[in-house]
Amino acid sequence: MSSVPTPSQTIGPFFHDALLDKNYSELVSPDHPEGIRIKGTVYDGAGEVVPDAMVEIWQADTAGRYDHPTDDREDISLHEDFSGFGRSGTDAGGEFSFLTVKPGPVPGPDGKVQAPHVMVSVFARGLLKRLVTRIYFPDEEVANAVDPVLLSIEDPELRGTLIARDEGDALRFDIHLQGDGQTAFFEF
Amino acid sequence: MAQRKGEEAAGHRREDDGVQPPYLYPDYVATRLRAPKKPLIILPRTLSDTTGPAYGRGAVGDLDDDLTRQHSGEPLGERIIVTGRVLDGDGRPVKSSLVEIWQANAAGRYTHHLDQHPAPLDPNFSGAGRCLTDGEGRYRFVTVKPGAYPWKNHDNAWRPAHIHFSLFGPAFRSRLITQMYFPGDPLLEHDPICQSVRDPKSRQRMISTFDLETTQPEWALGYTFDIVLEGRDATPMENHR
Ligand SMILES: [Fe+3]
Repeated sequence: MSSVPTPSQTIGPFFHDALLDKNYSELVSPDHPEGIRIKGTVYDGAGEVVPDAMVEIWQADTAGRYDHPTDDREDISLHEDFSGFGRSGTDAGGEFSFLTVKPGPVPGPDGKVQAPHVMVSVFARGLLKRLVTRIYFPDEEVANAVDPVLLSIEDPELRGTLIARDEGDALRFDIHLQGDGQTAFFEF
Repeated sequence: MAQRKGEEAAGHRREDDGVQPPYLYPDYVATRLRAPKKPLIILPRTLSDTTGPAYGRGAVGDLDDDLTRQHSGEPLGERIIVTGRVLDGDGRPVKSSLVEIWQANAAGRYTHHLDQHPAPLDPNFSGAGRCLTDGEGRYRFVTVKPGAYPWKNHDNAWRPAHIHFSLFGPAFRSRLITQMYFPGDPLLEHDPICQSVRDPKSRQRMISTFDLETTQPEWALGYTFDIVLEGRDATPMENHR
């Protein structure tokens, strides 16, 4: 028999010493040849920055393999030094930042392929449950155009919020919790 | 099925059952500008979310699960043992999984620089701990009972005593941050964060149980708190009916 899950509660404002006691935002070393910077600002419904959020990411490696037993595709070798998990607080300006690599494409529903993407959880005071979103890549127009999850979002403006912006030295993925330009959020 | 239509706009059905809190709960003022208003999009089950970080991060240290031994002296307050099992939605133990906790000291004060409550800091208490679950999904912390603390949500607002819990479980889907409360706390019924969970049975799932078996004579009171994460295979929609 299945059990009912324990309810979620807000992370509150005082999590930093416990959850961000070290730097967990660099998934690869700073001299990694394929390293990319992904950063963004979290905004509330009044357009104010959110300085007390925590953003977590989960992603496949450059070959599209997840470092997890459920991904048992042995034809794709796992990149040993890449766990795929990152965690960043937002600073006084509401900004989070990750140093990572671009993930490869991964399997999707019904035998389809998903465009490269990064899974994102957002926690903050005022969020009784985490918010889940995805970061897609601006240089993947062809793959993005047939990505089953992107295609499931009917509103093109909402769909567009999931594509990061190329700023040259970094990819920008701003997160709007509410209001005009609200980011697309998922539920399971 | 991708995006729910019309009446069943995503984000509403599950919120209405009261098992999980809604995003918008106006009595908790901070939700008003932070809750998304557009319907949520149903995410199909793929490797991207049936996988997840195993540990989340680096190794757990020896004293990380004993918040009373992280400094040269002992913290003030009522020493307690908090233990329980982490289970997935199908009732299976979640093994070797990281549990992170944080809490106020016995006087209701966090070591955080933004905590302005004029209660004393305790030089022997930082209030952060972590451990891994064992082969039966069990975790165990030694700490002190946190004090209630005021917050500015409404007039005379006090948070009931609580310990914040962060869990990963087996997959991205099962990630959970919650709060553990204490039985019989008169502040629970006045707390909009606790009350945002509308279903009384679900609210009860956040309240620990005093346990004489866990209690150690002449030393510490014991509380048990089991945590159930979303299942790997079960569909939450069906679970909740
Ligand atoms: Fe708290």
